[in-house]
Amino acid sequence: MKWVLVGVVVTATVLSDALQTAGVRRHGEIHDFRPGALGRAGAALARNGYVIVAVALMAVSFFAFLTLLSLADLSFAVPATAASFVIETFVAKYYLRERVAWRRWAGAGLVACGVALLAL
Amino acid sequence: MAAETSHLGAKTRIFTAIVVLANVLGNSLMSRGVRLHGSILGSSALEYLQVMFNPYVASGICLMIVWMLARMALLSWADLSYVLPVTSLTYVLTAVMGRAFLGEQVSARRWVGTVFIMAGTALVGSTAVRTHDSAAGKPERSMAEAAR
Repeated sequence: MKWVLVGVVVTATVLSDALQTAGVRRHGEIHDFRPGALGRAGAALARNGYVIVAVALMAVSFFAFLTLLSLADLSFAVPATAASFVIETFVAKYYLRERVAWRRWAGAGLVACGVALLAL
Repeated sequence: MAAETSHLGAKTRIFTAIVVLANVLGNSLMSRGVRLHGSILGSSALEYLQVMFNPYVASGICLMIVWMLARMALLSWADLSYVLPVTSLTYVLTAVMGRAFLGEQVSARRWVGTVFIMAGTALVGSTAVRTHDSAAGKPERSMAEAAR
């Protein structure tokens, strides 16, 4: 049950982050942080198809995570769901076309090792 | 180019701090609230609703909304492959909170893991915030393509 929930959280998070990043990137960099401008940016994002699906997936991930917290330690749940981290670096390279240079791969690798140690 | 990089640097650091703090505090509060509820969730939708009105869980959810919005803003200019490792400081702080606030056991191995995460974060933090051309909403062309 614990690992099923971890699987649901990871899958929903990966899909949500990929769509969310693609969505906000289409909207463009947010550089005006006055309330009116933030409201307009929010309204534009609320009509953005990618962001809508991403938020729905985030809700799935949230409720699965809340259920996981009711049966496992926080210090298990957070590192275990970090498997999404490794998958998402590949998504960033191949779907979002980011240039993942060796320093980023090395850094991501170190974080993944650290997370594995935390989860054990 | 240098000016743009430094302007992105300051903005990125502020938003990274908000993302990390909101996530750690939000998760800790939700964890405590769900545990106070006592039983394992999942029997009915009503039970979720009940838990969400627990003051700990409710404040946790507010912080998670802040987390989500700040992260969305951050992703509008920074790479996902940059944001992920840099905000992974949440793992370190979660271990600290688990011990200090929730009474969980944190073994020596978990602290070693924490050091790995900090090193990885520092390494990725030293790379450029953005490697794609966000103005066009399209991936940046490779050097070879640009040269043509």
